Amino acid sequence: MPFNLLVLVCFTYVFFLFLVAYLVERRAARGRVAWLRSPLVYTLSLSIYCTAWTFYGAVGYAARSGLEFLTIYLGPTLVFIGWWWVLRKLVRIGRQHRVTSIGDLISSRYGKSNLLGVMVTVLAVVAATPYIALQLQSVTLSFGVFASDTPEGWALPDRNATAIWVAVGLALFTVLFGTRNLDAKEQHHGIVTAIAVEAVVKLVALLAVGVFVVWGLADGPADMAGRITASKIAAWNLQPGRWFGIIFLAAAAVICLPRMFQVLVVEDGDERHLARASWAFPLYLFLMSLFIVPIAVLGLERLPAGSNPDMFVLTLPLAAGQGGLALLAFLGGFSSATSMVIIEAIALSTMVSNHIVMPLWLRFRPQMAVSGDLRRIVLLARRLSIAGVLALGYGYFRLSGGSTALAAIGLISFAGVAQVLPAMLGGIFWRGATRVGAAAGLGIGFVTWAYTMFLPSFGSGGVISAQVFSDGLFGIIWLRPQALFGVDGMDPLLHAVFWSMVLNTVAFILGSLLTFPGPEERLQGAAFVNVFEAGNTGPRPWARGQAEPEALLVMSQRILGDAALGLFATEAKAQGKEGYLPDASPEFVDQLERRLAGSVGAATAHAMISQLVGGDRVSVEDLMAVANESAQIMEYSGRLEAQQIELSRTAGALREANAKLMQVSVQKDAFLSQISHELRTPMTSIRAFSELLMEGDAPVQVVSAQAGIIHTEAIRLTRLLDDLLDLSVLENGSVQLDLGVCNLAAMIDRAFVAAGSFTAERGFLVARNAADEDVFLHTDADRLVQVFINLITNVRKYCDVAQPRLRIVVRQKAGRVTIDFIDNGTALPKAAQGVIFEKFARLTDPARAGGAGLGLAICREVMANLGGSIGYLPGQGGPAFRVTVPLHLGQIGGRG
Amino acid sequence: MGQHVLLIEDEPNIAEAIRFVLARDGWQVSVLADGALAVAEVSRLRPDLVILDLMLPGKSGLEIVAQLRAAPGTQSLPVMMLTAKGLARDRDAALAAGVSVFITKPFANADIVAQARAMVGL
Repeated sequence: MPFNLLVLVCFTYVFFLFLVAYLVERRAARGRVAWLRSPLVYTLSLSIYCTAWTFYGAVGYAARSGLEFLTIYLGPTLVFIGWWWVLRKLVRIGRQHRVTSIGDLISSRYGKSNLLGVMVTVLAVVAATPYIALQLQSVTLSFGVFASDTPEGWALPDRNATAIWVAVGLALFTVLFGTRNLDAKEQHHGIVTAIAVEAVVKLVALLAVGVFVVWGLADGPADMAGRITASKIAAWNLQPGRWFGIIFLAAAAVICLPRMFQVLVVEDGDERHLARASWAFPLYLFLMSLFIVPIAVLGLERLPAGSNPDMFVLTLPLAAGQGGLALLAFLGGFSSATSMVIIEAIALSTMVSNHIVMPLWLRFRPQMAVSGDLRRIVLLARRLSIAGVLALGYGYFRLSGGSTALAAIGLISFAGVAQVLPAMLGGIFWRGATRVGAAAGLGIGFVTWAYTMFLPSFGSGGVISAQVFSDGLFGIIWLRPQALFGVDGMDPLLHAVFWSMVLNTVAFILGSLLTFPGPEERLQGAAFVNVFEAGNTGPRPWARGQAEPEALLVMSQRILGDAALGLFATEAKAQGKEGYLPDASPEFVDQLERRLAGSVGAATAHAMISQLVGGDRVSVEDLMAVANESAQIMEYSGRLEAQQIELSRTAGALREANAKLMQVSVQKDAFLSQISHELRTPMTSIRAFSELLMEGDAPVQVVSAQAGIIHTEAIRLTRLLDDLLDLSVLENGSVQLDLGVCNLAAMIDRAFVAAGSFTAERGFLVARNAADEDVFLHTDADRLVQVFINLITNVRKYCDVAQPRLRIVVRQKAGRVTIDFIDNGTALPKAAQGVIFEKFARLTDPARAGGAGLGLAICREVMANLGGSIGYLPGQGGPAFRVTVPLHLGQIGGRG
Repeated sequence: MGQHVLLIEDEPNIAEAIRFVLARDGWQVSVLADGALAVAEVSRLRPDLVILDLMLPGKSGLEIVAQLRAAPGTQSLPVMMLTAKGLARDRDAALAAGVSVFITKPFANADIVAQARAMVGL
């Protein structure tokens, strides 16, 4: 068959698929997706497990290794029948947490760790590379078979050129299919349907070839059975170790392969479909495997030795002259390869763009997160990722030589993606699994797999040198890639699977046990592990029309204020409705939730909307998230409270200071008022008598008496002013002390002289003790004498007995001297004792006092300046004052 | 002639000044220094006019006025109050207590005489 015709057939087929996808997407866009979401489509889409490997490679596998090829089918069958509940849990989790890829699942489970997302993505891309190479290789081989028309099938002049064209074609195809638009839920109805169509094509093609072989080339089942028994396939021994290992790998792969996760969880996610698929998919696998052995047996029998057994499906019909059947088989193989590549590339590109490109992009262009057109960037990232994935596949194809058996390549990929298994199963069944454990397991598993399986697949001397193969890494013998830790003689596949999985699992478990999960990790862990528990409903799209628009508006206004009215009015207008109340469409409720989330946090917004949109209960996760937000708010209000307390403390201090100031102000007013009174009193006499003198008609004696009064009052006025100034200086502490050593007796003598010189109207007796008074003081003698004068003058003024007596008692104690002035007058009442040292505290009539009542106040200030004190001494029978003064002022210290 | 004035003032020089100017004007002047005796002296002497200081030893001028206004015989007795406190609130308190005329020290002698005359209707 001409090569060009083949290309034309391919293009026609691809166009047909594209048309299917396009029509389905149009229906989906109009909301009619019911029949698209049927269990049948779901089951058929799962058939992307059967790639070119199963279509072509299984026959080759059977021809090379006998019944071992069955392991590839047994693994998934066991999972779908026996581990149905694991799948159901995955699907439930995937739906509730809007998981977009297997990388997203792992990342989300372990506290939305992007590091894990990146690790899984890298692992998946690397592991998928051989697998994609496998598809390229099979399509290239099948082209070659047709183009040459010879059973050997190696007639194409340039195999690599064909491969590159296949790669480019597949990349374009995938970009056109998978990234035409962007769906938040990562669902592609059109593609899934096209994949289902391809699943039918490949099943029909393989069954047709099988029927032709059994009934066309052989003589029915009985003859066939005889031929099989006669062939060497029957003679191959089963290797239990490899069987177990590969069944395990296939079982792990069907869960962990990114493309399987995509169709299993992301694209549909309906658990009822899974129930149907749990028997229908194994049935599909059974049909796919039914004729593998007959084709292999007849291929080995009929075709010349050396023919590539991977191509028996094509070469048998061709050799029998069945061009049409061969073309159908070609299309079956083409379908297998394309469906795998498309979904794999979509799944990988989603992971690459979500976990690697977008985080980087947003880190370097953070403003894009709020303003820019991210859709364009995301689509570009996906398209480039698809191209990159296929380029890697092509690179592997070139490096590995393109000649390896298809099945051997596939198993490398299986072992690679199986490294995700511990983290995934641990994540959904073990709450104790932690991010560190998952990262450690993935990392160690990945490195071990790469070292023992992936890199050696390039051949000795490829990436790993022959020396490392024989002597180990760095010459360490137990680091040989295919005999790790000295375990020699093991099957290389089993060896790699054993070590990578064992080390991976051990690291995962140890890492999880040794570390403590963070809050978000713990939350996600609980949500994942307990996904089936009642009330644990994750985020899901809002159902249509279950919320009353009025209720939504009332709630929104509470949070957004008047902005809510505008939001509702705009939406109502967009919906073409009168008034300001739009329908509560899911899109609008979503929009509202996002808007509210901006004000009250995502979890709270979700919980609030949940209250109004009936049927969706508030989940434990929601509540915990709300609690988390509340905790933040409480912490914030706690801080506010602390500030509040601080503020009221400050306010209290201010109030106190203000009260003090007010008190001082009141005292100052009273003081000024008293000064005014004290100044006005002598002024009154002076003015009155000077007016009389000015009349000039009084006799000389009268003039003399009146002038005498004016003189006395003028002196009184002057003394008052002197006292005020003195008091002011003493109170300010700005007094200049004139320190010196002076004898106490001499100072008391001076005081008596000064006091006596005033008025000599009444003499009084003084009792003193010369010995006690013989003390030398270091102080300001003039100031101390001033205090003594005051006290003596007071006795003279106020002592109300006929024969006044003053006793002066001097004592020394602990560096201080006390001088008591005790007279025989009437003792002061208790109330008076407290106020006599206040300013203007004149107790008796002013005529006798002759002062303004500042004397004792000045004494108190003087003594404070001299480092001593003055106080009333009660219980002495008469008025008694005690002056205390330090022996040496410099040592004890005065005020200021 | 012979209007009788009772002067209650504790500052002897001020009392002497007022006594001098009123006596020269023809008044019969009685002088008292102690506030505690004031009410009794008023009822004993039955003066036509009372001049008293606000701040007195024994009893304050405001208390004396209040007692005078409470007693039946002295309800309308003219009372002139003198004070060295210059604040408006003292004046208000004095007028509220029933003082007829309030004069701040220092004063003009002529003022005292004129007010005293006016108060007794001379």
